Amino acid sequence: MKQLTFLLDGMPVPFEDGQTIMDAAMAADIFIPHLCHHPEFKPQGSCKLCTVKASGRHVSSCTMQARDGMEVENNTPDLNDKRRTMLQMLFVEGNHFCPSCEKSGNCMLQALAYELEMLTPHFDQFYPDRPVDASHPDVLLDFNRCILCELCVRASRDVDGKSVFALSGRGITKHLIVNAESGRLADTDFSLLDRAAHVCPVGVILEKRRGFAVPIGQRLYDEKPIGQQMDSLATRTAKVEVPR
Amino acid sequence: MAFDSDRLADVLEPILKRYRRDPSLLVQILRETQDVLSYLPPAALTYIAAKLDLPRARVEGVAGFYSFFYVEPVGQYRILFSDNIIDRMLGSVELMDRLCNKLWLERGKVSEDGLVSVDTTSCTGMGDQGPALLVNGRAITHMSAERIDRMCELIRAQVPLADWPPEYFLVEDNIRRRDVLLAGDWPVGESIRAAIARGPEAVLAEMKLSNLRGRGGAGFTTAIKWESARVAPCHGDNPMRYIVCNADEGEPGTFKDRVLLSSYADLLFDGMTVAGFTIGATQGLVYLRGEYRYLLPALLANIEGRRRTGLLGQAVCGQQGFDFDIEIHLGAGAYVCGEETSLIESLEGKRGVPRVRPPFPVRCGYLNQPTVVNNVETLCKAALIAQQGGAWYASLGTKQSTGTKLLSISGDVENPGIYEYPFGVSITQVLNDCGAGNAQAVQIGGASGICLAMHEFSKHIAFEDVPTAGAFMVFGAHRDMFEVARNFAHFFAHESCGFCTPCRVGTSLVANCMDKIANGLGSQYEISEIFKIHRLLNAASHCGLGQMACNPLFDTLNKFRPAYERRLRSLDFEPAFDLDRALASARQMTGRDDPAAHLDSAPGVLP
Repeated sequence: MKQLTFLLDGMPVPFEDGQTIMDAAMAADIFIPHLCHHPEFKPQGSCKLCTVKASGRHVSSCTMQARDGMEVENNTPDLNDKRRTMLQMLFVEGNHFCPSCEKSGNCMLQALAYELEMLTPHFDQFYPDRPVDASHPDVLLDFNRCILCELCVRASRDVDGKSVFALSGRGITKHLIVNAESGRLADTDFSLLDRAAHVCPVGVILEKRRGFAVPIGQRLYDEKPIGQQMDSLATRTAKVEVPR
Repeated sequence: MAFDSDRLADVLEPILKRYRRDPSLLVQILRETQDVLSYLPPAALTYIAAKLDLPRARVEGVAGFYSFFYVEPVGQYRILFSDNIIDRMLGSVELMDRLCNKLWLERGKVSEDGLVSVDTTSCTGMGDQGPALLVNGRAITHMSAERIDRMCELIRAQVPLADWPPEYFLVEDNIRRRDVLLAGDWPVGESIRAAIARGPEAVLAEMKLSNLRGRGGAGFTTAIKWESARVAPCHGDNPMRYIVCNADEGEPGTFKDRVLLSSYADLLFDGMTVAGFTIGATQGLVYLRGEYRYLLPALLANIEGRRRTGLLGQAVCGQQGFDFDIEIHLGAGAYVCGEETSLIESLEGKRGVPRVRPPFPVRCGYLNQPTVVNNVETLCKAALIAQQGGAWYASLGTKQSTGTKLLSISGDVENPGIYEYPFGVSITQVLNDCGAGNAQAVQIGGASGICLAMHEFSKHIAFEDVPTAGAFMVFGAHRDMFEVARNFAHFFAHESCGFCTPCRVGTSLVANCMDKIANGLGSQYEISEIFKIHRLLNAASHCGLGQMACNPLFDTLNKFRPAYERRLRSLDFEPAFDLDRALASARQMTGRDDPAAHLDSAPGVLP
């Protein structure tokens, strides 16, 4: 049978029927910027960082199935400009202070900002009031950094079978909540062993008493830019660290 | 107020029983719970989640999504002013200030005695008889200073809503021009009998011949939708097809579905039944916007009557094997639910977030079954076609836009109301008919539609020229088109579901930009920002809401640039932060407003 292919920035990319543009690109070692996508979970297409132009239309590459002969634009100045603007939106929407963040160097939002040469947040900051939740014995939740990617929501619901996390509110007031009447993580059945404890692409879900184990400067995205880390992005699945 | 579990059980068990403890009816369960408890206390959410076997966080997430659900205590009287630009032009802002002042109340806060709260809400669909508001969900029209004063007395005396003057709650149809639909005398059930006589294939053929296109705005060919759902396979344990009537008429300035629902409900239910007969559906669902809740008792009584007379239920009109019934779901204040996949999510008891498409609802809709979602007006038109045939319908209007269109006309006109025209009518003709003397602009299709300036009034209402879902808002020469656009910018920021980054953040950024310009701190910089965000939202948003959200700004910036430019402080950048304005809260707290409490050269204060 003929190998199905589509053109990604002029390069032929093979794919199997049913694969999304993102899946096929990752398999071919081609980087499409993304935040809410994770190969282990059902794609939802909400961060819109992976927006590409397929047959002239803007689509989310993580939810759009590839079609034979399709022409897809990915790494273009126009699309990267749009992605940079959306990154800036995510930065001003929350409270992101990279220098003081435990996730600095391991954070996808920060790594993408470097990758796409975002030099300033550009827009006025929203400075939302998002108190941290330190109630849980093993885990700190710093909502200030939440980008609403729903990876913890999906992991807790689909893998852990617990539904510890969900979203409430709408529009700019949309926010992450936990599954307890008190609103405190300590009153849920969340555990550091949960898959959901290890999927946050930014610095919301943090293990307590384990700060800066690897010095800043020697971390994942310090070593190599995110755009050259297709292996680590594709194999994010198995890296559950068992707590001491 | 504490809610112990005994009292909660007393209140909630009958509601849960009535809704069969079905998690897909969560929105309805929350609505009825709030009816009894006045808000949704945390303990009630916990109780409902446990009984429906849902994660509590999911129930809380749904409660937090809809504007009309309250998770904190609210006033005994909850007053929401319709905040469409049309209501504002009729003086709603001044009336709200008057009410707040008289009640010693700050907008958005509950009075200290827990008696009353006053706030705004998105357009309530009364543009032809505004300014309008909702009191505890009941619509009140024709607000005036006199009515405000009387309302204050009623509230202070704690008069129950049922004893308020009945004329407050009158909603008129205001039908000003009738064409085939509104002028016709359509006997109840005739369309169903005609459809049965024709047979489903023949009805579909007539629908194709009619070239009827969806009246909700997108203009998709109805026959194609029906045919796709008809041939799509059902699946699972409960294989069914569904007809969903989109009565979530949330587009600011639109109210034609309100009139159809109140005076032509039989035609609508006939149309739904015809659609069900044609595609092989057995269940119809009406998604009625929360603002039109006052229509619910009459609609339910109508459905009950139809069951008694054999127009609904088993063997409809005596046709063995054709079973069809209709249920009504009430929305709870979310414009985005007018998008068909968010509407389906909401029908399933979830947050009204648009789904990823494909798959489309015709293949995988309500409960993942083949589902046709049609607008109220579309279904009424389908009923006519079942009776009169497709050729008759196609002979009306234009070739690409057959039939007639109901327009909801409001704003600076002598006779606001419903006008039915064959497609192809010119804007000028409509303006003449409704008595718009000095129009400088018309916003067609609501906030997400297009703004036409005077030189474009020779255009025609038709899918191939100026498409519309029905809103037709007229702005006289004395109106400030910047304020029109600013109102719409805030509307979209309020109604964004927040699912995708560009719309969630972009609509708020744009609203802030417009406020900055309105505060006299705007510059050319903000104008370029608006254009940049417009391009991003248009390209990258998940659904039509985000894609269209900047349209009114784009149009007015292109056509009414002076309305913006006369506000710009300079053509260079100005910071949004204004030191003197930032001291306002300190002045308020200390009760000072003397010159020494102000900075000398306060920037940003307009002369």
